Amino acid sequence: MSDMNQQMTARYKNNFLKEIEQQAEMGEWVKMCMQCGVCSGSCPTNFHPGWQHPPQEIFMLIRAGKRDEVLDSPSMWMCTSCYNCYVRCPRKLPITHIMHGIAEYAYRMGRAPKGQPTLHLSKTFWNNCTKTGRTNEVQLTQTLYFKDGIVSGIKKALAMQDVAIGLVKAGRLNIMEALGGGHKCKGAKGIHAMLAKARELENQRKGRAA
Amino acid sequence: MAEMKTAAYICKGCELGVRLDAAALVKAATKDGKMNLVREHDFLCSADGVALINNDIANEGVTHVALCACSRRAKTEAFNFPTVAISRGNLREGVIWIRPDSDEARETTQEMAEDYVRMACAEVKAMKVPEGNPNTGTSKTLLVVGGGMSGMTAALEGAKTGYKVVLVEKTGALGGMAAKLWKRIPNREPFKAPMDNGVADLVAQIDADANIKVYLNAVVAKTAGAPGRFKVDIAVESGPTVTEDIGAIIQATGFTTYDMAKLPNLGAGQANVVDQLGLEALARAANGGPIKRADGKEVKSVVFVQCAGQRDATKTHLEYCSGHCCATSVKQAMYFKDANPDVDTVVLYTDLRMPGNNEDFYRAAQNKGVIFSKGAVANVSASGDGCTVKFKDLILNEETSADADLVVLATGMVPTTGPDLDQLNEANRAAEGGDAAAKEQVIQMMSKSVLNLDYRQGPDVPQFKHGFNDSHFICFPYETRRTAIYAAGPVRRPMDIAQAQEDATGAAMKAIQAMENAGLGRAAHPRSGDLSFPTARLEGCTQCKRCTVECPFGAIDEDEKRFPLFNESRCRRCGTCMGACPVRVISFENYSVNTVGAQIKAVDIPDEFSEKPRVLILACENDAYPALDMAGMNRNAYDPFVRVIPVRCLGSVNTIWITDALNSGYDGVMLMGCKHGEQYQCHFVKGSELGRYRMSKIYDTLKGMNLEEDRLMDLEVAITDIETLPKKINDYAARIVEMGPSPFKGL
Repeated sequence: MSDMNQQMTARYKNNFLKEIEQQAEMGEWVKMCMQCGVCSGSCPTNFHPGWQHPPQEIFMLIRAGKRDEVLDSPSMWMCTSCYNCYVRCPRKLPITHIMHGIAEYAYRMGRAPKGQPTLHLSKTFWNNCTKTGRTNEVQLTQTLYFKDGIVSGIKKALAMQDVAIGLVKAGRLNIMEALGGGHKCKGAKGIHAMLAKARELENQRKGRAA
Repeated sequence: MAEMKTAAYICKGCELGVRLDAAALVKAATKDGKMNLVREHDFLCSADGVALINNDIANEGVTHVALCACSRRAKTEAFNFPTVAISRGNLREGVIWIRPDSDEARETTQEMAEDYVRMACAEVKAMKVPEGNPNTGTSKTLLVVGGGMSGMTAALEGAKTGYKVVLVEKTGALGGMAAKLWKRIPNREPFKAPMDNGVADLVAQIDADANIKVYLNAVVAKTAGAPGRFKVDIAVESGPTVTEDIGAIIQATGFTTYDMAKLPNLGAGQANVVDQLGLEALARAANGGPIKRADGKEVKSVVFVQCAGQRDATKTHLEYCSGHCCATSVKQAMYFKDANPDVDTVVLYTDLRMPGNNEDFYRAAQNKGVIFSKGAVANVSASGDGCTVKFKDLILNEETSADADLVVLATGMVPTTGPDLDQLNEANRAAEGGDAAAKEQVIQMMSKSVLNLDYRQGPDVPQFKHGFNDSHFICFPYETRRTAIYAAGPVRRPMDIAQAQEDATGAAMKAIQAMENAGLGRAAHPRSGDLSFPTARLEGCTQCKRCTVECPFGAIDEDEKRFPLFNESRCRRCGTCMGACPVRVISFENYSVNTVGAQIKAVDIPDEFSEKPRVLILACENDAYPALDMAGMNRNAYDPFVRVIPVRCLGSVNTIWITDALNSGYDGVMLMGCKHGEQYQCHFVKGSELGRYRMSKIYDTLKGMNLEEDRLMDLEVAITDIETLPKKINDYAARIVEMGPSPFKGL
């Protein structure tokens, strides 16, 4: 349990819907769901065993106050952002965005499933691009390739070597990036300051302790 | 009337002259039809053609006209000659449009056309011009029974149109159920918040209207007479009984709520469980402030249970959906949210039904934070200071529960109709047999009567499903089975205020139409404007009472000698009495056993070696005949051996026509009528059902005649069967060919 999780549990007690409304991005839309199930029927990942609760059920769980079940659920992380549900929702709920909002909130609460690949990618990407203000593609790829160990990483790298050589020849990939060189933002410090300020504003707006 | 002079007109327009041999048609009309005057014209419905006919009527003394041109449903404005009897030979939609234009088809097409000419001639000679009865009622006062939202609206709409209105209300004040509401479901943009119930405004308008006479604390003690001349006794509590002359009646007696006490598992009898009406009372007491329970505690959490004792598959409670309760619960949840947004409001539903703009209202409630959960409630029990509602969450598929300070049950509507006539008749029969309990039951049932009609068929309008007044759901929603008596509002089906007001307006217009028609001796819908009416040759009557019992509209009483007594203005001219009469003494001037019988006889029946069978089709003029016409318009060809005769209703088909046809050598008879039963489409409600019942008895006759059962075919036809009907006709014609010619040919 993270501090923030304890803090939020205490604040909203039994009103998880209110918590989601106020704390999660796009959470204010959850109450507008009319339980038609078009989102669930439209979801291409619905056939995947990891998809424990379709969006309709997630919304119902939130209304029913099932905090643990929602925050611990792997379902939001399964979203591929295809936007089928978003387009089809007769109530015009931005379902894809709500899924991301709830997933992000679960992560903030320290409740996201461990070793979840989507989470891993998101985290890696975020850290990678906020560090210098620009994405270091070689390092990003490396991190992802070697996620499951050195042997698996080398195998993946070898399998992709033709593509990589092609990219280098075309000037689309800078090998120097592997060493921490390559292109970066000139004012990385400014970026960091901006992000810190944004975090501060968000905490203020959502009434979270820093 | 002057001496009969007949004339036939053969039209050659619309390709009739090209496809058919007009000279042969003229010959058929002259020689077989024996018409005094036969003319052909290139374009009969043109001004010139119409002038020709008018000239013959004025100067040649023509009294009976057979127009052999297009369908009787076409060109009715051009062919309008009110002073003479008219028959129509359908050569266009009935012949050339349903036959291919080919050399091999030419002969049979011509035979068909000649038969239709002969039939038109034979029919018109058996007809008389309907004179209409000017001695029907003249009262133009509208009676509205029930002073709720529907009744007040009907009264005001009638008065605004310039008619006198008598409004009878059982209680001491106008307003009905709506007056008990704190607010109503919104009926206009933006559909986001409950609105003022609107009762005070309507009451003020009624008070200010000199055309409306209001009787409070009053009931209808007796309704005698017929449309345009009802005599209605109004019994005012602790006052004299007043008799009013009334032209038409609107029954807007509304509904009561389903008795909550029948729902013990949902918490009936518990202090903190109320029905929707109970909550309205609490909301009125709160007057916009926080809503408090009966014990004075402010409600902090409330659960609404939808479909409480409704849509009950076990049939223990109401089987139907009352339509308004979902929106009503939304409205009531808003009462709480508007007074205090922190009150927990949960609506438990299985299907949330928000017709029309109520969808916006639902969304507004969600925006205000009302929680909607799809769940089936198992029971409500008292717990601590409030209630626990146990339910199955249908989305998450689990048993769960919710606690609340107050539970509101959406119990639904029960119509305030009179006794069920079938049950009453049964009780009456038992009572006449000396059963004391039945006698008591009759008295009890009669005490529930709303209109106290002195009709032979019972004191109220018939009911259909679940005790609601009958109404032709699709085509004529306000019509009951009693002419000039209209049902409006929740008495005919469950509805909310907006729908009830729309209903009341429609019923008021229909009632005005009925009064005006009655004054002119004309029929109400669907033969609107028809001046003919049934008469009986009483010297032939055997007093079997079939006509009085079968009349779907209760138009026929019995006189003191037990002969049928026709009340013309109650009559819809369907002819069910005529079809029912076993001794065939009932007829209309322009529609009788003879007019159809003569047409059947006029058809030329080729001998058994010609391989030209003949199939008689008796087609309902409301649905089947238009469907056949439209099949013609679409050039959907069908068999040339059929001869179609339109009938007013399947109920008017007298079995003599069928036995006559089969006896005279027809190879088969097809009946085309509307759907009957629970989902009936018959314009005369019971006509097709009664007709079919009668026909079911004819199979014994067929057996007696040594004929196959398939010689008679009953077909359910809807007006939309334009494509399928020709196919069904062809299939039947093929079946007839398979069976071989009728043994009665040439006898």
